[in-house]
Amino acid sequence: MAEIEETIKRLQAHKGVIGVIVVSSEGIPIRSTLDNSTTVQYATLVTSLCGKARHTVRDLDPANDLSFVRIRSKKHEIMVAPDKDYHLICVQAPSDA
Amino acid sequence: MADNEESEKEKQQEEKEMDTLSPPKTAEGGSKPGSAKSRQGSAKSRQGSAKSGSPPKTPASGKGSAKGKPKSSVSKTKEPAEEKKEEPIHVEGPGPLADGPLPEGCQPIFLATKTQELFEVTCGEQITEDHPYKLVKKEDILADLRNRAAVCDFSVFKPQILDYPGEEILLIYDADFKHGQNFVIALTEECKNSILHPPKAEGEGGTGEGGEGGEEEEEVEYKYIPPVPKDWVSQGSEKEIEEENVFETRPRIKISIKRVRREFGTPVEFSDRNVADAKDGYLECTPYEDKTFELKAMEIDKSVQAIPHYDNTGTQTDWKHPRNSTTQYMAREFDDKEKKEAENAERMGEFLESVAPRFDLALQQNEIMNVFYDDWMGLADEDGSFGSKADNHLKEYQSFTDLQFSKDKTITCIEWHPTIKGVVAVSVSEKMSFDQRIDQAAKVIMNPSLILIWSFLDPIHPQLLLEAPEDIQCFKFCPTDPNIVAGGCLNGQLVLWDISAHAERLRTPRSNRKKTSNTLPGFEDESALDIPIVRYCAVSSIDHSHKAAITDLLWIPDHMELNRMGIPQENKQQQCVQIMTCATDHCVLVWDTRSPKGPSGGDDKGIKNPMGVPNTFKYLDLTWKPHLKVTLMKSEPGGDHSPIKFSIQEKQGDRSVLAKLESQSKEDKSGGGGGGGGGFGFGKPGSGKEKRTLQDVKTHFYVGGEEGEIIYVDWMPQKDQDSGKILTPKPDFYNALHDGPVNTLQRSAFFKDIVLCVGGWTWSIWKEGVNSGPILSSSASTKHLTAAHWSPSRAGVFYVTREDGSIEVWDLLDKTHEPSLVQSISSAPITSIYPYQISSKQHLLAVGDNLGTLHILEIPWSLRVATPNETVGVSNYFDREVKRRAFVVDRWNFREQEKREIEAEHKRKAGIAPNVELTEEEVHYRMKQQYAAFLEEESAFLRELGLKEDIDEPLPEV
Repeated sequence: MAEIEETIKRLQAHKGVIGVIVVSSEGIPIRSTLDNSTTVQYATLVTSLCGKARHTVRDLDPANDLSFVRIRSKKHEIMVAPDKDYHLICVQAPSDA
Repeated sequence: MADNEESEKEKQQEEKEMDTLSPPKTAEGGSKPGSAKSRQGSAKSRQGSAKSGSPPKTPASGKGSAKGKPKSSVSKTKEPAEEKKEEPIHVEGPGPLADGPLPEGCQPIFLATKTQELFEVTCGEQITEDHPYKLVKKEDILADLRNRAAVCDFSVFKPQILDYPGEEILLIYDADFKHGQNFVIALTEECKNSILHPPKAEGEGGTGEGGEGGEEEEEVEYKYIPPVPKDWVSQGSEKEIEEENVFETRPRIKISIKRVRREFGTPVEFSDRNVADAKDGYLECTPYEDKTFELKAMEIDKSVQAIPHYDNTGTQTDWKHPRNSTTQYMAREFDDKEKKEAENAERMGEFLESVAPRFDLALQQNEIMNVFYDDWMGLADEDGSFGSKADNHLKEYQSFTDLQFSKDKTITCIEWHPTIKGVVAVSVSEKMSFDQRIDQAAKVIMNPSLILIWSFLDPIHPQLLLEAPEDIQCFKFCPTDPNIVAGGCLNGQLVLWDISAHAERLRTPRSNRKKTSNTLPGFEDESALDIPIVRYCAVSSIDHSHKAAITDLLWIPDHMELNRMGIPQENKQQQCVQIMTCATDHCVLVWDTRSPKGPSGGDDKGIKNPMGVPNTFKYLDLTWKPHLKVTLMKSEPGGDHSPIKFSIQEKQGDRSVLAKLESQSKEDKSGGGGGGGGGFGFGKPGSGKEKRTLQDVKTHFYVGGEEGEIIYVDWMPQKDQDSGKILTPKPDFYNALHDGPVNTLQRSAFFKDIVLCVGGWTWSIWKEGVNSGPILSSSASTKHLTAAHWSPSRAGVFYVTREDGSIEVWDLLDKTHEPSLVQSISSAPITSIYPYQISSKQHLLAVGDNLGTLHILEIPWSLRVATPNETVGVSNYFDREVKRRAFVVDRWNFREQEKREIEAEHKRKAGIAPNVELTEEEVHYRMKQQYAAFLEEESAFLRELGLKEDIDEPLPEV
């Protein structure tokens, strides 16, 4: 409990971080710093995308596995760390420099 | 006969057939020679059965229908020729005239046209090559012979005709003159018959004279007659079928094979053994010749019947009923308990521990720098700066000059048409000093004073000429109605034009000209005459106008208007109706274009006077007076300021003040009443009761004077405390910075409190509210500066023109000590400049020179496109300069203090001043003494000048 709190706080402290979400492997949010509707959207969409990405990696080489996904968009960067039971999602608005 | 039975039989026979193929071992298919026959028979029987089994399906066509029905063809019997003469006689087979000699009894005969008409055998009409036969009555011919005697064409054959036994004589048309004449006459009955009944019907042909009636012509018309089912009539075929049938004649052999039950499924063991051991352990099958097959089948009776194949099928599709349906889903969520559980799970800790470092790395990377930064974009930005690319010079786009009207005159003012792209107007004026003007008054009066309106589509001829009573120094299109032009004359009068009648011409130039160019050579109109000249439709009253040339003019922005007291009020119509002008006669005037008497002025708008001038402003003509006068007195005695340019803060199209007012009135709930009507001539000016005052409009404005001074003054008149008159207050401040008359005073398009001022050899930038001095001023240029204009698209760029015909481009963010770009445009001094944004891709700069040429230059990319955050950068720069100003003022005070201190020090050193600190009383006394000394000195000085009488002078009490 304290650990999760602490991790989220630490990530949130980084510059430009918009939100941090912890999601179960089925895409159900467990803990989020964003509002409910955004959280649900991120959770479902990103989880399904992660699943696809993982399939791709595993199909190419069954011994390999997905460890981190970074999606760079015009406005944000969405980072996902997939794991067996949980996914951690972090949204950041990168610096303009 | 039952079909089922039959089919069963067929089956059996088929089986038999199958059997016969196999070696003749089978019980039934014995090796009788009859088997083949029976097969044939079966085939026949099948045929028969099929026939008999489906009597209604037998095709109705064929014999039966043909027999039972009358012929479907319709025969046409030819009517005898006597009854229907019009009917052409048709003869089958080749005509007798086809070739070869004429048959016996026929003679060629020539029938004249007259005869042809008489016997109705006109060639090509009643008788043609296709129907060459005609039967003519013998009586008619005889009658003709009697009537016309020798003239009759038939007279040649008179005896033969008289002898002719029949009633009618056959005439055959010989179109090709095969036999020398145009007709052939059959003079004997046999001959006629042989022709009408061609030789093919040899015997029949000779049946007699009446045979001609029997001529038949068959034309077969096919018509569908549906077949009618009929009862089957036995004709013996069923017997044949029966014969062919093979019936079982002996009882079937029954064989039963038995096995002991216990032996069922018992395991079997196989083992090798000698063949010879057992008695019947070996059976040999030796080949032998079978006699059965020695008989050769020489003849086979086979029959085949084809029966049409019938097929009944059906399908059914079921209709799905359309229904509205909706689905709603909700994202799965953990409840609090589950969440807690998940959060507290041990896995979670591990997971976070393993994952968090990756996030830290990624987040930090993003913090440090943007990896996806587009370097190319950055490079392009670099390119845009000066000196790095070729595309940073002003390019000549077009130039306009009119030999008759603008050559050798000076361009005083340039205006782009506010709505029509590519239309630019210039005012030209004689290049003469005041004295020259007086000397050549006659010439000046003879030459019209004009404003030329040019279109990019025609560089030779101006589109429109606006005629003015005197040379125009400045003019402006009305921003809300571009068909109204206001101009300021050299003699101080304000002029108005209405060009609405010619607006179409400006929009579609050339169309008019093309028509006239079609005239004969040598008869063309003078091109000059072709250009319409628009006379002014109103001019202000000379008595109430300026007493000097109007040097600047402005349409007051459409959201406000000034009343007689100079109070800015809301303009309900949102149309520009007021004009502000200034001239060197020490005043700024505000004019209202609306009728002073109210809407009645607009009634007779339709009537035009002989000059073709619209009556738009008739009510103003020659009686127009300004309704507000702002006199510019100097703060100290000694004359007034002579304004040349002015600049007010409010901008056309800027509704922020109105919006503010709106929000205020909403708060107050005290919204004003309705406004007057729209358009010029409507609404009475000055009735300010229902109009709301715009509190946020700054009534202070900048004025640039003749002596190079910048004046900041409130246009709202106030009651003078001495005289009790309502007068313009003294200027808030003025600063004679420039070393020549101010020729430009302009607000930045981006900052409404930044003013660019050009005069003499220098320019300066002022910020409203900073009165101690300009926030930026240039060093003196080597050449006289003539005009300037802010860039419409870049906040830090402005153009300054010089007397030597060059343009300086200043970019405040690039450098402030020298221009970023100097480019020579003309050989003559440039008099005016006006940039304009045609489109985002094209910005044009209109430059007028002293020779009457209007140069249109294209502004390069680097001067057109603002650098990123340019506005912010420039704003920051101005802020810094303001701070510097404050510091300068600070230093001034400091220096003053310092000076005073040094002086005091000097005095102290000289022993004049006591070293000790003076008390307040002492200071007071000392100051009084000093003042007395000053007054004494002053009076002495005045006395010396003879300005002061000794007696009158009451000495001030000390």
